[in-house]
Amino acid sequence: MTDVLIIGAGHNGLVCAAYLARAGMDVLVLESSDSAGGMSAPRTISDDYRFPGLAHATYPVCKAIRKDLRLDRYGYVAGTPIDTIALDASGQHLVIGGNTVSGGELPESDAGAFPSFKSQYLEFARKIQPLFLNKPPRLKNMGSADLKTLTRLGWNIRMGLGKEAMYEFLRVAAINIYDVLDEEFQDDRLKGAIAADAVMGSAMGPRTPGTVLTWLQRLQGELNGPLSSQGGAQLVHALTQSAEDAGATIRFDARVEKILIDRGKAFGVELADGEMVKAKLIISNVDPRTTLSKMVGAPRLDTMFANRVTQIRGSGVVGKLNIALNGLPVFDGLSESQLGNRLLVAPSMRYVEHAFNHSKYGKCSEHPVLEVTLPSLHDRSLAPEGHHVMSLNIAYLPHALEGGWEEQKATVAYKVISQLGEYSPNLKSLIVDHEFLTPLDIESEFGAVQGHWHHGELSIHQSFMMRPLYGAAQYDTPVDRLFLCGAGSHPGGGLNGLPGRNAAKRVLELGGVK
Amino acid sequence: MNIDHTHFRQALQRTPFHDRYAAMSTTEHWATWNTYKVPYVVDKLSTEYFSVRSGCSVMDLTPMEKYRIEGKDAFAYLDRLLTRDLSKLRPGRVTYVAWCNDDGKVIDDGTLFQLDENTYRLCSQHHQLDWLLMSAAGFDVQVAVETHDIAALAVQGPTSYSVLTAAGIHGLDDLKPFGIKDLQCNGFPVTVSRTGYTGDLGYELWTDPDNALALWDAIFAVRGQYDIHPIGLDTLEMVRIEAGFIMPGFDFNCAEATVRNGYDRSPYEVGLGWVVHLDKGHFTGRNALVAEKARHAKRRLTKLVVDGNKPVGEAFIYAGKNGKQVGEVKCTTWSPILKANLAIADIELRNGKLPQSLWARFDYQRELKWNTAWAECHAQTKPFYSPEHKSATPPNPF
Repeated sequence: MTDVLIIGAGHNGLVCAAYLARAGMDVLVLESSDSAGGMSAPRTISDDYRFPGLAHATYPVCKAIRKDLRLDRYGYVAGTPIDTIALDASGQHLVIGGNTVSGGELPESDAGAFPSFKSQYLEFARKIQPLFLNKPPRLKNMGSADLKTLTRLGWNIRMGLGKEAMYEFLRVAAINIYDVLDEEFQDDRLKGAIAADAVMGSAMGPRTPGTVLTWLQRLQGELNGPLSSQGGAQLVHALTQSAEDAGATIRFDARVEKILIDRGKAFGVELADGEMVKAKLIISNVDPRTTLSKMVGAPRLDTMFANRVTQIRGSGVVGKLNIALNGLPVFDGLSESQLGNRLLVAPSMRYVEHAFNHSKYGKCSEHPVLEVTLPSLHDRSLAPEGHHVMSLNIAYLPHALEGGWEEQKATVAYKVISQLGEYSPNLKSLIVDHEFLTPLDIESEFGAVQGHWHHGELSIHQSFMMRPLYGAAQYDTPVDRLFLCGAGSHPGGGLNGLPGRNAAKRVLELGGVK
Repeated sequence: MNIDHTHFRQALQRTPFHDRYAAMSTTEHWATWNTYKVPYVVDKLSTEYFSVRSGCSVMDLTPMEKYRIEGKDAFAYLDRLLTRDLSKLRPGRVTYVAWCNDDGKVIDDGTLFQLDENTYRLCSQHHQLDWLLMSAAGFDVQVAVETHDIAALAVQGPTSYSVLTAAGIHGLDDLKPFGIKDLQCNGFPVTVSRTGYTGDLGYELWTDPDNALALWDAIFAVRGQYDIHPIGLDTLEMVRIEAGFIMPGFDFNCAEATVRNGYDRSPYEVGLGWVVHLDKGHFTGRNALVAEKARHAKRRLTKLVVDGNKPVGEAFIYAGKNGKQVGEVKCTTWSPILKANLAIADIELRNGKLPQSLWARFDYQRELKWNTAWAECHAQTKPFYSPEHKSATPPNPF
C-alpha cells in the first residue's frame, strides 16, 4: 500500500511530496488536471500564446526549501529582478525598487523616507519569520517545539528590534496600512502602490484592520530576494523533478471526490470514476473547506468543528486576464525597456479603497486595481515572433457578482482593458485573443472555495494557530491520518511552499506512517 | 394564525392543563419551567410523594423540550449526534440517550422516541434547537420544535396502569417498559409511552393540546376509585433522586453553557458511560471520549446513602473524617419510603477509584443556631429505589 497520498499537485503538494519522499516514504500525488502546478501552472490560449498561472511576478522561494529539495539542481533560478512602476495618468510614473523610489516629481521627503521605512518593515518581517517557518504553536498543551517557536519570536521582537522599534511594531501590527502610510508619506502614487501590495489577494481595502500584517506576510517573500519577472512554472518544474527523483509518483486526471474514513481514521480516497486508492496517510493540498466539508463531509466530523469549517472566511476578489497581443503596447511616459517591470494601476489609497468598496456590495468598480506584466519580454518563447503576452491581476472582482458573471464577463473584461487603455493608447488595437478567469472560474478550476488565492482570508483571526481553523492548525485534522498542506494552512498563500514544508515536518514529527 | 397580542402581560405561559392545576392548588406555590408556570407543590408534599410511591400521581410534562426529527437521514443524523448505539432501536420504542460537544462533554440527556421508520421525537431537559440544527449540516433531515404543540402528562405510581385502564385507555397490558402505543381515550387519540422520571411503574401520555383537559378529566373521573394526586416539582425532585436519575444543569453543568474551563463533565464523569458506544462509528465527541477512556477517570457523580437524618445539601465530601476534601454534594433528599438520607455527589477519584471512606461535613441549624457535623457516606452503584412492580408486564392490577 502507498504510504502517503497527497491530493493536488499544486506547489505546496509538490513540496510536501518531495520532503516526504526524501524521508523515505512511498508518495503518490493525485492531480485532478492534466498538469502539475495548480494555480501556478502555465496556461495557453490560441495555441501559441503562453501565460504564467495566477502568479506572474514572484519572490524567490524560501531558502530552506530551495536547499532541502535541491531545487537549483533541478533548474530553479530566481528570475530577473524587476521594479514596480506605479502608473500615473499624466505620465508621471514612479519607479519603486526594493528600497528606492524615483521619478515622477516625487516629494523629496518621501524619497528620503522610503528606504528607512522599507528597511524597518523588512526588519519586522524578519523578526516574525520564526512563526512562518514552523508549525503554529499550540497555546494549550504546548510542546517543546512550540515553546521554542514562541521563545524565538518573543526574543526576536524584544531583543532583536530594540525598545523603540518593538513599540512601533506592537502599535502597527494589527492596524491598517492606510493610517500607517498616511503617517509616513505624502505622495498618493507611492501610498497607493504600497497599499495595493498589502491587500492584493485579500478581500480587504487599505483601511481594513490587519492590512499591515498582510503586508508583512508579503514581505516574507522579499526576505528571500527581490521581486522577479518569473511566474510559478519554473518552480513547479523543479519541484516536480525533485519529488519524482526522490521517488514520488504524480498521477494526472485523477480527481478525488471523497476521502474514505473508517472509525475516524482516513484510509484512502475515492476518485470521480469510482476508483478507490488506499494509503496509510492522506494529505490534502486542496482548500480546507473543500477538503473537510465536501471530501470528508460534515457527518464525519464533530458538530462544532464542522460548523467552524463553514465559517472560514475567504471570498476571492482577484481575477486574472491573459491577453495575447500582436505587438508591444506603448505606455505614455514609459520607455520600452521599462515595460518588463511590474506595472501597477493603484494611483492612490482612496482609489484602492473605492475599488474595494464596490466589491463589498457585489459590484465591480469602473476603476479597478490592476497589476500588469508582460512576461514575453523576459521569455521570447511565450509568444510568436513580434507578438507579446500580457498578464493582469484585477482587484476587486466579487465572487458573487450582482447579476451573475456569465452575463457580465465580457463587459467587465472590456472595462478593465479600457481602464488600462488610459495609460496605453494602442493597447486595444493589439489584442488578438484573451482569457478571463473570474473568482468564479478560479473556484471551479482549482477547487479554491469562492476563488480565494489563499484558500481563506489572511486575516488575523485566521492566521497562525487559527489557520485554517482551531482544531486543524497544526496540519493534522480531527480525522486520524488526514493532514492539510495547502495555502489554507499556516502561513498561507503566495508561492512560498511553506505550508507544504511545515506539513511534511509535522507528519514526520508525528511519526510518519507508523 | 391567531396570535394573542397581550401575551406580554403574562410573564409565564400556561400549559393546556393549567386551569385544572390552578383549581386544585391550595398552596399557589408556582415554579417556572421552560417559560411555563408549573407547581412546586399543589397541595401537600407528603401526599404527593406517596401518590407516586403507593398510589397514582399526575404531572404536567408539557414544558419539557420536545423535538421532531424526520427525514431520509434521520437515523444517520441521530447516530452522529448521540453517543449511544441506536441500531437496536425500533419504531414504537424509546431509549435513553445523551449527547456531547466536540470535547466529549455532556450537553444534555433525554429520551429518544422512534415514532416511525424515519420519524423520531427527542425530549431533553434544556433547549437544544441551535445544537440540533448545527448538527444537521450534511444530512437530509428536518428538525422542529414541538414543545408547545403537544400536551404531555406523566401518570406514575403503582396503580397508574389500573387508573389509566379505568379512565378508558385500553391496550396497556402488553406495553413493555420503553414501549410506545397509539391508543384512544374516550374517542380522542392519545399516544402512551411506558416511560418516566420517577423510577416507578408509570406512563407518559401525549396528545393534542385541544384534548388536554378531556384527558385530565378522564383520569380524575376515577379519583373516587383510586388515590390520584396532581404533583409538582418538589415531589419530582425526591423521587428522581430515589430512582438515581441525574439532572443536567443541576447535578452537572451542561457543556456549551459552561463558562469556566474544566467545569463541564464527560459522560464517564456523570455515570453515563453506559450510553457511550465508542465502536459504533463517528459521533460528535468520539475522539475526545476515546482519549478520555484511555486514562483513569478523574471524577464521578456518585450516589450516596448518608448516615443520620440531617440533610447534607451544599456539603463538601472528604476522604475520611477530617480527611482531604474530594468532592461536593449536588442534590439530596430524605427518602420516606427507604427511610434513608440520600445524596448525589461529584467526587474526585484516585487512580480511577473512589476513596475508601467518604464523609460529608455539613452545616445544620437548630433553633437558628448553626452547627457543623460530620456524617459517613456509603457509595451505591444501583438506584436507591427500584421496585419490582415497575417492570412487570402486564403490570399488577389494583
